[in-house]
Amino acid sequence: MHLALFIIFAGLCVAGALNLLLQRHPINSALSLIVVMSSLAVLYLLLGAEFLAAAQVIVYSGAIMVLFTFVIMLLNAGKEERTHGSKLAYIAGFPGAAALLGLLAFIFISRRSSFGQARLGEYLATTSDLSRVLFKDLLLPFEVTSVLILIAILGAVALARKEH
Amino acid sequence: METHLIPFLLINLAKVIVVVVIFLMSVAYTVLLERKLVGRIQNRWGPSRVGPFGLLQPLVDGAKLFLKEDLMPEAVYRPLYILAPIIALGCALMSISVVPFGSDIKWHGVQLFEISDTNIGLLILLGITSVGVYGIALSGWSSNNKYSLLGALRASAQVISYELALGLSLVGVVLRSGSLRLRDIVGVQATHGLLSWNFFGGFQFVAFFIYLMAAYAETNRSPFDLPEAESELTAGYHTEYSSMKFAMFFMAEYGNMITVGCVATLLFFGGWTSPFGNLLPQPHNQILISLLSIFWFVIKVFGFLFLYIWVRGTLPRFRYDQLMGFGWKFLVPVAVANIVVTSFCIGLRLPMQ
Amino acid sequence: MVPIAYYLVLSAILFSIGVAAFLIKRNIITVFMSIELMLNAVNLAFIAFSRQWSQVTGHLQVNGQIFVFFVMVVAAAEAAVGLAIIIAVFRARNTLNVDSIDLMKL
Repeated sequence: MHLALFIIFAGLCVAGALNLLLQRHPINSALSLIVVMSSLAVLYLLLGAEFLAAAQVIVYSGAIMVLFTFVIMLLNAGKEERTHGSKLAYIAGFPGAAALLGLLAFIFISRRSSFGQARLGEYLATTSDLSRVLFKDLLLPFEVTSVLILIAILGAVALARKEH
Repeated sequence: METHLIPFLLINLAKVIVVVVIFLMSVAYTVLLERKLVGRIQNRWGPSRVGPFGLLQPLVDGAKLFLKEDLMPEAVYRPLYILAPIIALGCALMSISVVPFGSDIKWHGVQLFEISDTNIGLLILLGITSVGVYGIALSGWSSNNKYSLLGALRASAQVISYELALGLSLVGVVLRSGSLRLRDIVGVQATHGLLSWNFFGGFQFVAFFIYLMAAYAETNRSPFDLPEAESELTAGYHTEYSSMKFAMFFMAEYGNMITVGCVATLLFFGGWTSPFGNLLPQPHNQILISLLSIFWFVIKVFGFLFLYIWVRGTLPRFRYDQLMGFGWKFLVPVAVANIVVTSFCIGLRLPMQ
Repeated sequence: MVPIAYYLVLSAILFSIGVAAFLIKRNIITVFMSIELMLNAVNLAFIAFSRQWSQVTGHLQVNGQIFVFFVMVVAAAEAAVGLAIIIAVFRARNTLNVDSIDLMKL
């Protein structure tokens, strides 16, 4: 069952990512990215990271991507235009990305035997396991992220405000 | 688990079908309840012609919506226009899957009153709620209509803003029970009946009222129904929808109402536990226990729906800037204060380690 | 049972698609979305490695998952500021094409 679920959701991930690449309209790209993120949440669950699966749905698909769609709707973004700059990107982009993929996949596949097998239900990281580490060992970084968020809010307000 | 895959799938499919049928029926009758109650509030009768006391009205309404012509306006962006109501209804149906309806009764190892019992039930509910906003946002954008777009923009801004207050109001409850599993949260409130409910004994009534107001905004219900304010936006995001697609939005709205009622019941009013606690003798018969638990759960959810409709019938609509100001400047600070006070109380009561 | 290497290969595929989209896409919002895709691919790799580390040591290790948590926080902050910048750029230049936003001054 684990393999079946993995194949289904990995397929959805790859299809969504390719759709993001191929679609011309930003809102279609945004929707395919939501598909990718939601299927990644299922993969996190399969790996036993249940809190992060929920956080993935709430933070990524529920908040960040809503902001993206909101901005696309607000700016009424149309289909993207092809310009001369994109030709160079085509020549350099696809081979570069393919080379990166080939390298990474080669390393992972050739060292496959040194990685283990993931079984369902093993090493389930519950919310309390995660929070014990987060609020005891890593309290300072956690507090610093809250300052980061505060700065981001202030920056976003300052940037998006209309000048009078 | 891999050996018993087929029975596992069949049992869960059966549970899903039963729950969805009951859920959709209750959605239909919530609509009737609303029409009846709003009617009485406005000194009218409400629907009374079809069947005794108008009880068959939902079936007739459903048939009417099915038989109407499904219009497809010229200028819409077709794929998203069709996808949007499906997302809205799908999220409304999905969120009921982690809600436990009755006490923990197993029949041959199968949990009877819940589709799935997860450790992170509350987070899953929040996640599905936050995905549900796409239904509204995409419907407004793809309709290619100014009123729809304005309604959708209002709705998505409103839902994102109030999600914050909603999530923060639940933290106090989670702190008190120390778990995100809905059954554990109810279990904490089970011992002394009314007195141990989070609303009374847990002193979470501030959190409950924040939750209540945020939930009204999340489900786009009056007095926060600006996304579909008919005096300004015709019908908001579903202006261009007709027939079955409109019915799907309609069902999603009332389905969300019921889910919100279920969650409020579970988190603040002790779920399926009796308000008398151990004062009444506990029955020993399993069937009696399960019937009683279902009875209390349904009564509490019904009370919540009644409150919902009562508010709709009496309060006027907010203005948009007032709505945003209320959410950010009032609800969020109060929710944070509630978290601070609750965690102080819990911290003082715990033995020092 | 799925080899953890499969999860890592999936993460590599998603990351490369993100790189390609980042280079090819001309709409600034889509470019930004491909950054999010790359971050997500990295998150998947972190969780897979955290699982592998648990298996090597024999008990649960959550440090990789904590890292993902921080990546999510940073991504949320980044999205808020980035989208605000996009709105500001659109107000100033009235376009979303990255090729027409190549001047440093207005």
